[in-house]
Amino acid sequence: MELTGAEIFVRCLADEGVEYVFGYPGGAVLHIYDAIYKQDKVEHILVRHEQAATHAADGYARSSGKPGVCLVTSGPGATNAVTGIATAYMDSIPMVVFTGQVPTSLIGNDAFQEVDSVGITRPCVKHNFLVKDVKDLAETIKKAFYIATTGRPGPVVVDIPKDVTANKCEYSYPKRVKMRSYNPVVKGNQRQIQKAVELMLEAKRPMVYTGGGVILDRGAKQLTDLVKKLNFPITNTLMGLGGYPATDRQFLGMLGMHGTYEANMAMHNCDVLIAIGARFDDRVTGNIEKFCPTARIIHVDIDPASISKNVKVDVPIVGGVSSVLKDMLEALATNGGKPDQTALAEWWKQIEEWRSVDCLKYDRSNNNVIKPQYVVEQLYEVTKGNAIVTSDVGQHQMFAAQFYKFDKPYRWINSGGLGTMGFGLPAAMGAQFANPKDTVACVTGEGSIQMCIQELSTCLQYGLPIKIVALNNRYLGMVRQWQEFFYQGRYSMSYMDALPDFVKLAESYGHVGIRVEKPEDVRGALEDAMIKYKDRCVFLDFVTDQTENVYPMIPAGAGLNEMILV
Amino acid sequence: MRHIISILMENEAGALSRVAGLFSARGYNIESLTVAPTEDPSLSRMTLVTRGSDEIIEQITKQLNKLIDVVKLIDLTEGPHIEREMMLVKVKAATPELRDEIMRLTGIFRGHVVDVTPTTFTIEMTGEGDKLDAFLRALTVSDILETVRSGVSGIARGEKRLSL
Ligand SMILES: Cc1ncc(C[n+]2csc(CCOP(=O)(O)OP(=O)(O)O)c2C)c(N)n1
Repeated sequence: MELTGAEIFVRCLADEGVEYVFGYPGGAVLHIYDAIYKQDKVEHILVRHEQAATHAADGYARSSGKPGVCLVTSGPGATNAVTGIATAYMDSIPMVVFTGQVPTSLIGNDAFQEVDSVGITRPCVKHNFLVKDVKDLAETIKKAFYIATTGRPGPVVVDIPKDVTANKCEYSYPKRVKMRSYNPVVKGNQRQIQKAVELMLEAKRPMVYTGGGVILDRGAKQLTDLVKKLNFPITNTLMGLGGYPATDRQFLGMLGMHGTYEANMAMHNCDVLIAIGARFDDRVTGNIEKFCPTARIIHVDIDPASISKNVKVDVPIVGGVSSVLKDMLEALATNGGKPDQTALAEWWKQIEEWRSVDCLKYDRSNNNVIKPQYVVEQLYEVTKGNAIVTSDVGQHQMFAAQFYKFDKPYRWINSGGLGTMGFGLPAAMGAQFANPKDTVACVTGEGSIQMCIQELSTCLQYGLPIKIVALNNRYLGMVRQWQEFFYQGRYSMSYMDALPDFVKLAESYGHVGIRVEKPEDVRGALEDAMIKYKDRCVFLDFVTDQTENVYPMIPAGAGLNEMILV
Repeated sequence: MRHIISILMENEAGALSRVAGLFSARGYNIESLTVAPTEDPSLSRMTLVTRGSDEIIEQITKQLNKLIDVVKLIDLTEGPHIEREMMLVKVKAATPELRDEIMRLTGIFRGHVVDVTPTTFTIEMTGEGDKLDAFLRALTVSDILETVRSGVSGIARGEKRLSL
């Protein structure tokens, strides 16, 4: 039987196993919305802004490992989605975004709500398609999911003109696709893996540095096995948190600009660096000239272009993280060797000295003002470390990364690469849809939350019991911190004046609002949010210390061993 | 170092802009770029001339390979290869002396006069870039009215080939 393009579209999603589509309707996608109306396999979630649709799909993907799906209309619908697409691109998140387009006969005519969506999104997608013929629709959708979820994952945009959604053809969803131009390597080269294992066993001051690739490729277990077996110290990037249990002794905390002293010092002084699913981002390396001066480097990554891009490596291994780690464990067992235990003990002694600096300490003696770090610590305790935590961008994001100890992957969700304010709340929605039984907390600032605040309405519509933990310092805190350090305290446009009453705002959306001004009330408020208001969306407005800064910090141009400590 | 990268890519709308976009977004330079369909109409072949350190060229080839539409590529400058460029040049040729001289030069450089008017010649010339430059310098005996160059295309010598 022949189906319309719109019907084919929803059938494809159902056959692909898509549970949720996050979207917003408009002229170019009306046929599709009509087809959505007539079925019940795929559930459409109506957001309040297309940016939120993309972040919600992204949060869904990051917390489930499954691709996120969005649907937006042409023109402004597509342009509103761009921020979320770029956010997913920078963090390699599998996502398929469908944009409506004006009818093929009008393309290029400056038609109403026409933009060149393929052109606009090209630099921030893994790939994109314009479907010109309904006969190509099903196969293109299959390809889109295939490309988004394999190799180094990323967002794929499929632009569908309105007439294509009305035209008819026979429907069959391809079981698999083969593309002669796209064959990502999964298995690592065995000789390189041998070499890597030999180098690891020679190490006297080894260091393991892992990133988001471990999470994306589900390699956390293999990583933990390998690191435990070798008794090596390990650090995670901002994107890699949860890839190794944060409460384990061998974990040195996050590294980089706001990483721990012990992690950064161990990086700087190691003799063998094992980088896995991480990409030597500038926020991690500091001054590249001064990066790991004494180390020989092993780098495992699915993306050949990430290897030796910023830092020249000695043993490159292209492959999927979990497959390579599994092979490494085997090669290690076959080899039977052990690293030099005396040297390793010496190295650990040095690391414990660095750790004893207690670089994350903060003033706990002040009983009058709430310290942001304290709120995150309490959040960790009240949720017993089991919450899914999303964040926005700024100081609160760093405090969340430093003070919430993630023992498992898929629990820490933040915009690391693009640093998109406004990400936190919609990402939390997506995470809550993917994990309906889990506690989802959004750690945010009073600046960031206002960038997608309209989503409180979506939370009401779908009864999402998200806990918004706003660290309200009345400043664009991270901007203020840089202005204090590097602009002699000229606080240009970083003070947040004229804030709304967040309690009333939350209440007006039908949620619970709680304002907390005293340190002694922090714990109780969090417990209320998690227990008393378990099934409600709660906006916790913590009035925090205005002058608190994120420490440690590596200033621009400095090496990892040149941190500013408290 | 100058490199000639030959790329086989899907003959899809937008494939060219993906390559051009990659170069501008990452700040790589393109000295010349030619593209046309191959004997297999589903494939285009592109020849791209660029300059950069070994690290940059490594990144360029990796980033190109990462484009979904790119099927295969080689860096021709890694081995023996042939490179050619085609040029059309229109010169003033209004006097009998000039017409003789230009005909003679064209012969020396193994070009052809492909269009003639009472006052102009249009000459077709193929060769490596240096040869075309040299011919243009020789042509300063007259006024060059217009030149158009195809950009470089290239192929590996011997058995080595870029195909599926
Ligand atoms: C969309 C966007 N615009 C601007 C920035 C630059 N920026 C980074 S952090 C920050 C301040 C964030 O303030 P707030 O959300 O209140 O968090 P705080 O730093 O105070 O914890 C700004 C403006 C950004 N990251 N994203």
